[in-house]
Amino acid sequence: MTKVTMTVNGKPMTGEVEGRTLLVSFLRETLGLTGTHVGCDTSQCGACVVHVDGAAVKACTMLALEAEGAEVATIEGQAEADGTLNAIQAAFQEHHGLQCGFCTPGMVMSAAALLKDNPKPTEQEVRHYLEGNLCRCTGYHNIVKAIMAASGQDVSAIAAE
Amino acid sequence: MPKDIDAKESGIGAATKRREDIRFLSGTGNYTDDINVNGQAYVHFLRSDVAHGRISSLETTAAAAMPGVLRIFTGADFEGVGGLPCGWQVTDRFGEVMQEPAHPVLAQGKVRHVGDPIAAVVAETPEQARDAAEAIELEIEELPAVIDMKAALQDGAPKVHDDLTSNLCYDWGFVEENKDAVNKAFDAAAHVTTLELVNNRLIANPMEPRVAVGDFNRATGDSTLYTTSQNPHVIRLLMGAFVLGIPEHKLRVVAPDVGGGFGSKIFHYAEEAFCTFAAKALNRAVKWTSSRSEAFMSDAHGRDHVTKIELALDADNNFTALRTDTLANMGAYLSTFAPSVPTWLHGTLMAGNYKTPLIYVNVKAVFTNTVPVDAYRGAGRPEATYQLERVIDKAARELGVDPIALRRQNFITEFPYATPVAVEYDTGDYVATMDKLEEIADLAGFAARRAESEKAGKLRGLGVNCYIEACGIAPSNLVGQLGARAGLYESATVRVNATGGIVVMTGSHSHGQGHETSFPQVISSMIGIPEDMVEIEHGDTNNAPMGMGTYGSRSLAVGGSAMVRATEKIIAKAKKIAAHLMEAADADIELKDGKFSVAGTDKSVAWGDVTLAAYVPHNYPLEEIEPGLEETAFYDPANFTYPSGAYACEVEVDPDTGKVTIERFAAADDFGNIVNPMIVDGQVHGGIGQGIGQALLEGCVYDENGQLLSASFMDYAMPRADDVPFYQVDHSCQTPCTHNPLGVKGCGEAGAIGSPPAVVNAVVDALQSAGKPVTHIDMPLSPARVWAAMQG
Repeated sequence: MTKVTMTVNGKPMTGEVEGRTLLVSFLRETLGLTGTHVGCDTSQCGACVVHVDGAAVKACTMLALEAEGAEVATIEGQAEADGTLNAIQAAFQEHHGLQCGFCTPGMVMSAAALLKDNPKPTEQEVRHYLEGNLCRCTGYHNIVKAIMAASGQDVSAIAAE
Repeated sequence: MPKDIDAKESGIGAATKRREDIRFLSGTGNYTDDINVNGQAYVHFLRSDVAHGRISSLETTAAAAMPGVLRIFTGADFEGVGGLPCGWQVTDRFGEVMQEPAHPVLAQGKVRHVGDPIAAVVAETPEQARDAAEAIELEIEELPAVIDMKAALQDGAPKVHDDLTSNLCYDWGFVEENKDAVNKAFDAAAHVTTLELVNNRLIANPMEPRVAVGDFNRATGDSTLYTTSQNPHVIRLLMGAFVLGIPEHKLRVVAPDVGGGFGSKIFHYAEEAFCTFAAKALNRAVKWTSSRSEAFMSDAHGRDHVTKIELALDADNNFTALRTDTLANMGAYLSTFAPSVPTWLHGTLMAGNYKTPLIYVNVKAVFTNTVPVDAYRGAGRPEATYQLERVIDKAARELGVDPIALRRQNFITEFPYATPVAVEYDTGDYVATMDKLEEIADLAGFAARRAESEKAGKLRGLGVNCYIEACGIAPSNLVGQLGARAGLYESATVRVNATGGIVVMTGSHSHGQGHETSFPQVISSMIGIPEDMVEIEHGDTNNAPMGMGTYGSRSLAVGGSAMVRATEKIIAKAKKIAAHLMEAADADIELKDGKFSVAGTDKSVAWGDVTLAAYVPHNYPLEEIEPGLEETAFYDPANFTYPSGAYACEVEVDPDTGKVTIERFAAADDFGNIVNPMIVDGQVHGGIGQGIGQALLEGCVYDENGQLLSASFMDYAMPRADDVPFYQVDHSCQTPCTHNPLGVKGCGEAGAIGSPPAVVNAVVDALQSAGKPVTHIDMPLSPARVWAAMQG
């Protein structure tokens, strides 16, 4: 077992891990941050997307030890301290961008990464960016709509809710 | 229901934002894998890597000595324990019951599909369990496997089950008495259109893999199972009564937040029974978390029908008869509801939206060395709709008539309508939904859009189809006659607290459908109190008295109706209390906007005054009624509900590559009354997404030896955000259900039922527009298949 230390959602965190422990396991099992989900074992589904030093990363494809000293952000740290949802989270609720909620943390984290680099994405840019995030419930309609709305674009002309 | 309620800001009809979203968006949901019980151990299943074989040697001694291993279980540990039960017994067309093989929790001597569990290693950590499983010395004498259904039915084919007479589960005919009349109608037909097709095998793939945590309390002797289920009460019933012999009062099943189901989490699985069994054996909680790879080879698959359908028409293009033959894959064992899917959920829908007077359906269910096949979103109804709407399209093209006009000509227009396949549609308006579709899909503008596509070197096609489904499953006395081994009612307990807040304990389960938001809307409208005064408890057998769960678009139609009935009892009792408080007659009490008043007077008491009196009965009619305000109702539907609709898809096909893109998709649905239009639209979107997935992308592939080739998201093409467009959906055509109190029909499966034929019809239209003599391509319509079809 090896000691690993990183900053998670602004707080310093330390734990003992094996060399093979994935970042997602460290977050879920060691730190109890179960908002980050595991939906596959081939790095396809994106339910485990978190930010490491500002970049979107699939936490199932990174070892915990690789995040030594890094700044990690997860879904648990996205809302304000009083629970107020951030703009992306609020848009997902407003536009019904989630159903079962399992892919949602990864979708929100991916959307945040997209909007940081591309503050006003087109529909096609959103769809292309989400290639690494699978959702089985929504048919993606309201996810794409929510992300465009979160970017400040008028989505009222998009086909019915 | 009161008719004067038209509260669009809240209550029935309002697009109330979902309260459950807050926890899902902030990472504080409570999914089964988030549950950890103190001292829990972990199980890893050793699964068969061959499709068919005899276990010749299974040596676990060395593996059991590895670090952290608590115990290794094999089939020998389950001798005398019940197998996994099948919940539906189909009777064949000769009056014989289906062949029903044993389905052991762990393999007993033989393995019958890749993924069949052989041994289970329980260890202190998941890694130790996995490492030890690899150290088990297993030898399997491989036997010839049967994968193809036609081959499985040939004389001399290897048998999946040695103790059955063949691989034929049943040979079902419906309606058998009509067979001769149907054949005569075909002899007399002016035109017969024939189509052979495959309804491709799919894997549901909810984003949350299955998880089970078994726990045992030695002090009380109680077992608890936390599981990813759409129907925890059903799991309690099946596992308790048939597998492990635990009575209901000693077994609690909890399905907390569940990350999607789509049918695949209805069924009782071996892993659930194992974890419950092992927790007692070891006096330790035992947890299993499926990997996605495991899910592909252990979750029940869906569809997998091979069908020949024939449509007879007279000289005026009226449908005169329909005949269909289907081979339906059961896989290696009978999953919980598998036998019902190709029969009663499929044959009864073959009339579709049309007044075809004579119909005969034959279905042969076949055992193969593949993962068991059971209900997947729509379950039988997509298979019926696909073949019917494809053969109608083909007929229109053969006859040179407009596919929409041919449909309209044959629509059922008078209701109630008794079909020749045993069901009676209570309401519908297929002309209205088709009119609405033509409007929202802008079908008038298609020719111009096609011209634009052609300028860009693309072939553009338009596909239209209708669908009908039977939802609100189901009248218990009817399904009992058809072979169901359970009732299909729903229960609800409505508990009103002293300060007026309400908790509803429902047997319906929400795993994406938003019941925690929509069910309170109903009670809010009934009583006239804010929605946030109502909470929904679901997913725990210790709450609702009984439950058949959520599938078959039944939650609101059946579970919601139970809640309405219980709430009506609450209101009736509350009125008696109010009458006492105001010294008036019960019959003069009116409830509106959360206030009880005496008709014709200005006397009133608030909802909270009455609920408080119920629990602080100082001034209370104790001689007439008990204190307290809690009621339970069971609701058993009188009929299925019959949602219907019309869908349109426009595709572009790249003639150089065969790649199909969905350019436009429109859906006009009739779901009867709507409680939350935002949630309804979301359900339709999701169904369309899955239907497009089936039509263009998804296909479960086995090789001839029974190896599952599509066993990961690398190999099984799930629809992604850039595979689909925005959808135009409309549910303004509403013919309310006549036999449930809310007038609702159900919306969960429509999109998945209605969309595949629209996509395929559109691609065939595109290719024919370029003069290609293509009449059919089997799903998924991959570029390779479309390109090959274009080459003739």
